[in-house]
Amino acid sequence: MTPRALDAPLVSMRGVGKTFDNGVAALRGLDLDIYPGETVTLLGPSGCGKSTALRLLAGLTQPTQGEIHWADPAQRERLGFVFQDATLLPWLDVFANVYLPLRLAGVPRARAAPRVEEALTLVGLLGFRDALPRELSGGMKMRCAIARALVTRPALLLMDEPFAALDEVTRIKLNNDLLALKARLETTIVFVTHSVGESVYLSTRIVVLAATGGEVIDQIPVDPGVKRDAEYRLGPVFSKLSRRASDALLRAMGEDGS
Amino acid sequence: MSASRSNLREILAAAAPPLIAFAAFLACWEAVVRLRGIPPYVLPAPSVIAQKLIDDHELLFSSLLVTLSITLQALALATVCGALLALAMAQSKWLARTLTPYAIMLQVTPIVAIAPLLLVYLSPPQAVLVCAFLVAFFPILSNTALGLASVDHALLDLFDLYRASAWRRLIYLRAPAALPQFLAGLRIAGGLALIGAVVAELAAGAAGQGTGLAFRIVEAGFRLDIPRMFAALALLSLTGVAIYGALSLLTYYSLRRWHESARERGA
Repeated sequence: MTPRALDAPLVSMRGVGKTFDNGVAALRGLDLDIYPGETVTLLGPSGCGKSTALRLLAGLTQPTQGEIHWADPAQRERLGFVFQDATLLPWLDVFANVYLPLRLAGVPRARAAPRVEEALTLVGLLGFRDALPRELSGGMKMRCAIARALVTRPALLLMDEPFAALDEVTRIKLNNDLLALKARLETTIVFVTHSVGESVYLSTRIVVLAATGGEVIDQIPVDPGVKRDAEYRLGPVFSKLSRRASDALLRAMGEDGS
Repeated sequence: MSASRSNLREILAAAAPPLIAFAAFLACWEAVVRLRGIPPYVLPAPSVIAQKLIDDHELLFSSLLVTLSITLQALALATVCGALLALAMAQSKWLARTLTPYAIMLQVTPIVAIAPLLLVYLSPPQAVLVCAFLVAFFPILSNTALGLASVDHALLDLFDLYRASAWRRLIYLRAPAALPQFLAGLRIAGGLALIGAVVAELAAGAAGQGTGLAFRIVEAGFRLDIPRMFAALALLSLTGVAIYGALSLLTYYSLRRWHESARERGA
């Protein structure tokens, strides 16, 4: 069933649930394996717990049931996280914002500079290293946030609806940029979205979650080898996969009775 | 060059209306006093007050120095104590819950009522300093605490993700994020420190030891030297304006690069 059954998963979630202190269950019994090199999209209706799953993977919150198992516990420390908003520090320029994770790890500025510049080059922001966040467009802010996530060379990049607030043109451009980055860095990505098109375009596997949280409605493998461009977006494979993801999404919402 | 010239023009344009209004007010005042022949011990004309400022400058400015020095000492003390306590309270909810009621109690008790009591236990200069400190302390504490508590949750998550120590979290995130609120508190505290110093000097005036500007007002009142009362009052007003202006400048230069409050529109 698993797409790369021969590899050991990078991280496995077994029956993972999260009930908040106020009694709200955001996630109930999620089983999910993430394999090295994958781009997994978590697709689901609002409130299905996909963002909670991401926060659990990041260790930003602890599960109230089940367990999360890392094949190599050291990998757990090598995470990148891109939030829905760019979450840049407004008083720091682009360079300092990207340097932040290394600075927090105690890496001196001079030693970190080549890595920061490399990350900025990857996202095409090297020319804006001295700009303040307020001087950047929404898309550029997001690039800066991605550079910040990449600067630690993460084993796993977690992205929580990073392009949801952007206009369509910027979003398509950033999707392409992300694919290019992925091809260069070979990092593993877990991407949360509620956009069917985005999930089919970006991922090697789409995991559709039920509205009530936790149950996997469908897992749709996408051929990693297929070239993703404007042609792909209009082609029959894309349509077929989108149709299947949409159907699964409808079922995911239908089970809630809504 | 042209940028600085247009800046200068903007500043002049902004300053002109209030300055013209003030000059008109002084002119009316002068005219009314002269035309109706009001004696200076009832209402001195602005020219008489100005003359008094020049004649008594040694006395008045040495008093101004006393008041100003106490005000600034109190403000510095309040800034350090207020900011440090706010930081401590941000680190410990228990400490915040324990101390907040007392901070509020100090704030809502009128300083005029505390001053005579302080004079029982402290020398007049000490009592004046403590009074000015007490009124300046609370706005800095409460504003800094608010700023420290209002840090964006996503940013806190980011620092969690990178396992930032409490110290680095404070230096790189909480302190800069709280800076705008801290500076707003400082601006309020600057004015209040002067008020606290003056109130305490007025209360201490009877003790006969004070030499600050407020004491000069009381003393001139006893001698029915009304022009000197006005002259001392004018100096106090100007001091308050100068403190506010200096702190506003500090705020502007600290925040203008990134904070909305200090940005020019369209910039």
